[in-house]
Amino acid sequence: MIEAYFKNIVPLFHRTQRFLDQRSWAWPWLLALVVVVAVMGSMFVGAYPMPLRRPLDILLDIILPFSWVDSPAWDLREITVVTLIRPPRIMVAVFAGITLGMSGTALQGMYRNPLVGPDLIGVSSGAAFGGALAYKLALPTLGIVTLASIGGVGAMLCTLFLARIVGGKSDGLPLILAGFFVGAFFMACVGLILHIGGGYAGPNLVYWLLGTFRGADPTKAWTIILTTTAGGILLMALRWRLNLLSLGDLDAKSLGLDVGTLRWILILVVSIMVAVQVAVSGVVGWVGLIIPHCARMLVGPDHRRLMPVSALLGCLLVLGLDNLTRTVIWSEIPVGVLSGFLGTPFICFLFWKCRSRGWS
Amino acid sequence: MKTGDFSFSGLGHSYLPDKWIFRNYQSQVSRGQILALLGPNGCGKTTLLKILLGALAQTEGSVSVNGHVAFVPQLFQVAFDYSALDMVLMGRAKKVGLFSQPTSADEEMALKALERVGLASLANRPFHEMSGGQRQLVIFARALVAEADILILDEPTSALDLKNQNAILEWIDRLARRENLTVIFSTHHPHHAYAVADQALLMLGGSDYAAGQVDEVLIESNLFRLYNLPLKKVSFEFEEQAIETLVPVFRPKEDHRMA
Repeated sequence: MIEAYFKNIVPLFHRTQRFLDQRSWAWPWLLALVVVVAVMGSMFVGAYPMPLRRPLDILLDIILPFSWVDSPAWDLREITVVTLIRPPRIMVAVFAGITLGMSGTALQGMYRNPLVGPDLIGVSSGAAFGGALAYKLALPTLGIVTLASIGGVGAMLCTLFLARIVGGKSDGLPLILAGFFVGAFFMACVGLILHIGGGYAGPNLVYWLLGTFRGADPTKAWTIILTTTAGGILLMALRWRLNLLSLGDLDAKSLGLDVGTLRWILILVVSIMVAVQVAVSGVVGWVGLIIPHCARMLVGPDHRRLMPVSALLGCLLVLGLDNLTRTVIWSEIPVGVLSGFLGTPFICFLFWKCRSRGWS
Repeated sequence: MKTGDFSFSGLGHSYLPDKWIFRNYQSQVSRGQILALLGPNGCGKTTLLKILLGALAQTEGSVSVNGHVAFVPQLFQVAFDYSALDMVLMGRAKKVGLFSQPTSADEEMALKALERVGLASLANRPFHEMSGGQRQLVIFARALVAEADILILDEPTSALDLKNQNAILEWIDRLARRENLTVIFSTHHPHHAYAVADQALLMLGGSDYAAGQVDEVLIESNLFRLYNLPLKKVSFEFEEQAIETLVPVFRPKEDHRMA
């Protein structure tokens, strides 16, 4: 058995890897295929026990114009799970992953800094504060999204302002430090809301803050689908410009780039995308930081290939983590906690791997 | 004013009120000419280049540029490990729409530019892994695909060995004489300016400067004022060619070398 594995399967892996190394354009298509399979597969897994084939039967019976099964054996609960609970949850996870992967890539390119991520420069914390405030005020989903967006954009602006007055430039170490300070401040504000909030909203708020897709509904799903699609199209269109922006302001300007305008567009797009992601699913940390690194390992640093691959890898990671929490792990650990457990050793591994040759 | 012509007059810049880095500078360069900027560290060479590039607003005076300007910065580290071809392709930025991606024709042009600087075989080599001289040539190739009329270079030979310094000077000369580009470069080496430039601008501090033809400006008295170090003009014959160059006279107080 082991001999057959080494004889047949391992060479196949090597041939596939060589093929993909020589054709980095093939990665996005391959990953897109994997995402489609993963999304479809996610419909069949979940905490609610039912036969493996049941979701397919229910969906086909609803979609097809004729009766797929002569005498349906499912009950109302199973129909609810398959039509109202799993699809929005999967969609929120998919688009949250796309948002985090793309925004991390855009931020790292824009600030020429591979240690930047949406949760490291204060956006996520600001959005968490806005969202927590909306929870406290018992606002509907739209209110949560609006306040989270304002919080996210506001926090990003605070970080940029602080980095500029401290370090003179809005990239490098001053940006990381400013993001840390701003993030700490907004998390303190969240703590204050939790402290004075109490009551029944408290545990729900804490669970949401830790990052979870439980409670995803069609409103949340459509909110993140529309925002991520609009923002994602813009980021895809501007992805080559990120190559130029990553050269530094002076060089980018000399190449004819309107650095200020482009940076503002990107900041606004990324902040709104991340804020909406936080509003619908809480703070899912580390994904935006580690996914661009994984994508660079596959297709190199050119943002034309990096951006779509980051989107797809982010999607796969978040969807995978969510599937893990709702099937394998007892009591549904929040996805944000799992991503933290995964992200910390990964970034330590990167530190070790890149100790001598940089981050590229 | 023809395409590729470049001039500035009454140019001055200060970061603090009444603390002028330079003031009342005036110069004019025609298409196909080379202007060298010389001055000690901190005299404002890079500031002047940024103003000429349009990346920094001058405090007073005016700059007239007719044509597309490309910039070659000092040896720099890129944050991500782009290939040489990726780097050159970025020169097409002005020709590619804001929301568009470079086409295969753009990539073809970038590859041809790399061919022209003799680096086509290294097109896919990561920029980080190239030598200092090769990186400068890649940036030259980037300027070529940008179809620039004017090229501004910030100390292009700094941190390069003599062989690569010579290669870069040859390229500066070639870009001006064969490609008909206007070239402005800053340097700490008066002999480099003497070897390739048509005009020189010596930044002597404040409103004190000397500008004009190299023969008139790069003279021993001006250079002594500039560096507080004697520089001698020497002439000799090398491979049946009359050579004239500038040599700095470094004189330690005591010579401790073994006889």
